[in-house]
Amino acid sequence: MAVKDYLRERFFPHMWCPGCGHGTVLNGLIRAVEKLGMSKNEIVMVSGIGCSSRISGYVDFHTLHTLHGRALAFATGIKLSKPELNVIVPMGDGDALAIGGNHFIHAARRNIAMTALVMNNRIYGMTGGQYSPLSGYGTVATTAPFSNIDQGFDVVKLASAAGATFVARTTVYHVHEVSDLIQQAVLHDGFSVVEVLSQCPTYFGRHNRLGGPVEMLQWFKDQTTRIGSKAAAENPELIQRGIFVQEDRPEYCTEYDKVIDKAMAAVKG
Amino acid sequence: MAKRKLKEHHIQREWCKGCGICVAFCPKNVLEMDSSDKAVAVRLEDCIACEMCALRCPDLAIRVVVEKC
Repeated sequence: MAVKDYLRERFFPHMWCPGCGHGTVLNGLIRAVEKLGMSKNEIVMVSGIGCSSRISGYVDFHTLHTLHGRALAFATGIKLSKPELNVIVPMGDGDALAIGGNHFIHAARRNIAMTALVMNNRIYGMTGGQYSPLSGYGTVATTAPFSNIDQGFDVVKLASAAGATFVARTTVYHVHEVSDLIQQAVLHDGFSVVEVLSQCPTYFGRHNRLGGPVEMLQWFKDQTTRIGSKAAAENPELIQRGIFVQEDRPEYCTEYDKVIDKAMAAVKG
Repeated sequence: MAKRKLKEHHIQREWCKGCGICVAFCPKNVLEMDSSDKAVAVRLEDCIACEMCALRCPDLAIRVVVEKC
């Protein structure tokens, strides 16, 4: 199927600003689903609130647009009742790790099979450019005009420590990686986290004098490298991309089914 | 690997918001912005059908049809 067959074309052109990286994530996600050969009925997309969460309105899968930060809680309900569906949960950095931080770590701890797609643009775009827990020390935001003194989370470390069994990172410059990592994450039997560094030229870029979308993409190209590359060894400041965690641990729905079997056996005596 | 050849290159003008990402990162400098700040493919003869413009387009406005020969 062509890319357009997965879109709700009546909502296009989309609401994201010119040069917003979230459109590129949508592009990569659709190409991943196309390569996986899944039918639109096999996929549920659950999102919360924010610029990034508007992605669920544009795809022609089963979609839910839910509460701020609570997408993973709704997704857990869907997955437990219909484990055969593939659940994808796109979230912004604030939605995933500030408002929904608790849902995020506990979904990771349970290892429930779904894909959390963290579209990290380091800012709250929809509400006017407030700093998020991913903005990082020294950045400028509407609510930190004299520079931010909050340290940022590292999504990969947080997700790994919380127990996610597939953790990866890439950027919207590296579009082939976006679709490849999403494919692997969807196929992974457990909680998978894919962090995609995305650009917000309107707020993060402008506040931090990073230039327009093209310059911000160039920054992703220059300031990131593959895990374990020679460049990473020479310059520890570079952000590493790739798969950080990929392991097997009992999956939550499978374990829950075992509990049901035990309980039913006990009832039947 | 089969050689890739461009068959068709479409830009949906109503969806293009003129960010310039496709123009800046095209390896063969095929695209340009026109007077109304929309992307246009002006040197299609140089296109190597790598599809990077279509993949990176945040507006999903570009479609590249590739002929494999």
